[in-house]
Amino acid sequence: MTVPRLEATGLRVGYGDRPVLQAVDCRIEAGWTAIVGPNGAGKSTLLRVLAGLLRPEAGEVRVEGRRLGELSAVERGRRIAWMAQLGEVTGELTVRETVALGRLPHLGLFGTPGAADEAAVDRAMAEAECEGWQDRRLTALSGGERQRVLLARALATEAPLLLLDEPTTHLDPPHQVALVRLAQRLARQSSHQPTHQLDGRRSVVTVMHDLSLALAADHLLLLQDGRVTCAGAPADPALRAALEAVFRHAIRIVQQDGQWVALPRLA
Amino acid sequence: MPPTSPALQAASGARAPAAGADRHARRRLLALLLVGLLLGGLAGLATGSGGFSLASLQADLAGDQAGLILGEIRAPRSLGAALVGALLGLGGALAQGLFRNPLADPYLLGAAAGAGLAVVLVLAGAALGGLHLSLAAALWLERVGLVAAAFVGALGGVTLTLLLARGALHTTRLLLSGVVLAVLLGALSDLVTVVSPDALRGKQAFMLGSTSFLGWSSVALMAAGLTLLLGLALRHARALDALTLGEDSAASLGLDLGRVRLVLVLLLAGATALAVSQAGLVAFVGLVAPHLVRRHAPGAHAWLLAASALMGAVLLLAADVLSRALIAPQELPVGVVTAVIGGLYLCLLLNRRSAHA
Repeated sequence: MTVPRLEATGLRVGYGDRPVLQAVDCRIEAGWTAIVGPNGAGKSTLLRVLAGLLRPEAGEVRVEGRRLGELSAVERGRRIAWMAQLGEVTGELTVRETVALGRLPHLGLFGTPGAADEAAVDRAMAEAECEGWQDRRLTALSGGERQRVLLARALATEAPLLLLDEPTTHLDPPHQVALVRLAQRLARQSSHQPTHQLDGRRSVVTVMHDLSLALAADHLLLLQDGRVTCAGAPADPALRAALEAVFRHAIRIVQQDGQWVALPRLA
Repeated sequence: MPPTSPALQAASGARAPAAGADRHARRRLLALLLVGLLLGGLAGLATGSGGFSLASLQADLAGDQAGLILGEIRAPRSLGAALVGALLGLGGALAQGLFRNPLADPYLLGAAAGAGLAVVLVLAGAALGGLHLSLAAALWLERVGLVAAAFVGALGGVTLTLLLARGALHTTRLLLSGVVLAVLLGALSDLVTVVSPDALRGKQAFMLGSTSFLGWSSVALMAAGLTLLLGLALRHARALDALTLGEDSAASLGLDLGRVRLVLVLLLAGATALAVSQAGLVAFVGLVAPHLVRRHAPGAHAWLLAASALMGAVLLLAADVLSRALIAPQELPVGVVTAVIGGLYLCLLLNRRSAHA
């Protein structure tokens, strides 16, 4: 049995008295995993714990078999790329300068970017489709445009693990579809960084609200009240039933043109 | 992602000059600031007890006191004012980057309050013990003692803030600790001045800020300090860039936030303490200098830190000349000049902002 790319066991996180995650176990393999669940289920918290940005009260996370806490900040930054939910951006950085920050884990604070770094920045901007405005300032962009730049920033790290918190929220439908295709493509490609695990294929983990987009993922992780209630592929009927139940049957999952979609049950 | 549309390519083509425009703005500001530094230095040499006058500069140069007046008084004073301004500009840019807040200034973290308290303590001590010293010795002790006290006090204030906030990791806790400490230390120094009213006059001079006493030793000290602090700050500029995306994003990029932010706070404290120890609490330069740079030639933090230092130098140099020239042969405290000019500038800025909105 191979060592999973990312494995969490017995995670517990609480803000004050309120437990946000309890007894969470999950395995993230190569491919695209979407974390879904109702508001306040603990999705973003789980992603932050997996990224090593939040230390759990109990339990542990292992990256390719090594405990996350044992990795140095730099090692962690090279292995795990993380994209925050779109928030307030300050400062006067241009798009290219922002994306280039993705090379920090490789360069450190004092390194000078070389040709390989510039090439990685170019590739990332092309993949997220924002090379057209590389000289504009981040604060001058719309929410959706900014989201694509921050995605490019995460891609520029070329880490084998890519954790994205609500990457589609501010995107228009063409770019939502583009993000889904990108996630699928990334999950099949190997990362530019050599990894000895899982044929070098990347793992993409996204927290998503749009269920129809999430159903395009290879795996779904269903979270409710801080617990993983179900995990599996969209093709699994048990998973689809659990999904409908978690969302209190306000949605219906149907297959249309060969893909699973969640329809709101209005009638 | 879908293929790039021709419209998008056209738009990007139209937008491409933006980088060129930014670069151009930065080069222009740099040239302007260097010219300003030169002119300000010249004006500093030409401004004496008779106000600003090139004719008197010529006379001074020809006179037998030229070496004393120009070389020992006006030159170090002007250079010193520029260096104090540069330190404050650097401190302001560091503070605003560190707290991701354009209203942050170098005095935020207890540096001003700590320096104020230390100065008052020395003044009160000198007033109580001064009876046994000759006047000259007391004056010397007071001057050297005040510089040291202000420096140690400023660093002490920031250290207390860091202790209270349990490190530099949490922005809100850090800011709140700074505010709480400023109130506490301010109250303490008020208490001392109640007990020893003689300290009040000296305290007032310190609070207003002054460039009158800057000599070559101050210049040498500040030049060395500025070189060191600016060099270290520039090496951490990319951490400030990363922080603009938020703390989690910066941490995900492999930065040890606790350590990096501690270094930045210490650099901020060093720049502020050095400036405050030489010239007292000169107002507004640290707040306004980074603003002016961002407004007229925005850029990443490496540029922002260096340009803010240069901007601060030009601003305080100009304010120093004004403070000497406006009511010559009397002098205004330079801090009053910077406060009035800085305040007016911020009013103007606010007005323009609300006019836009």
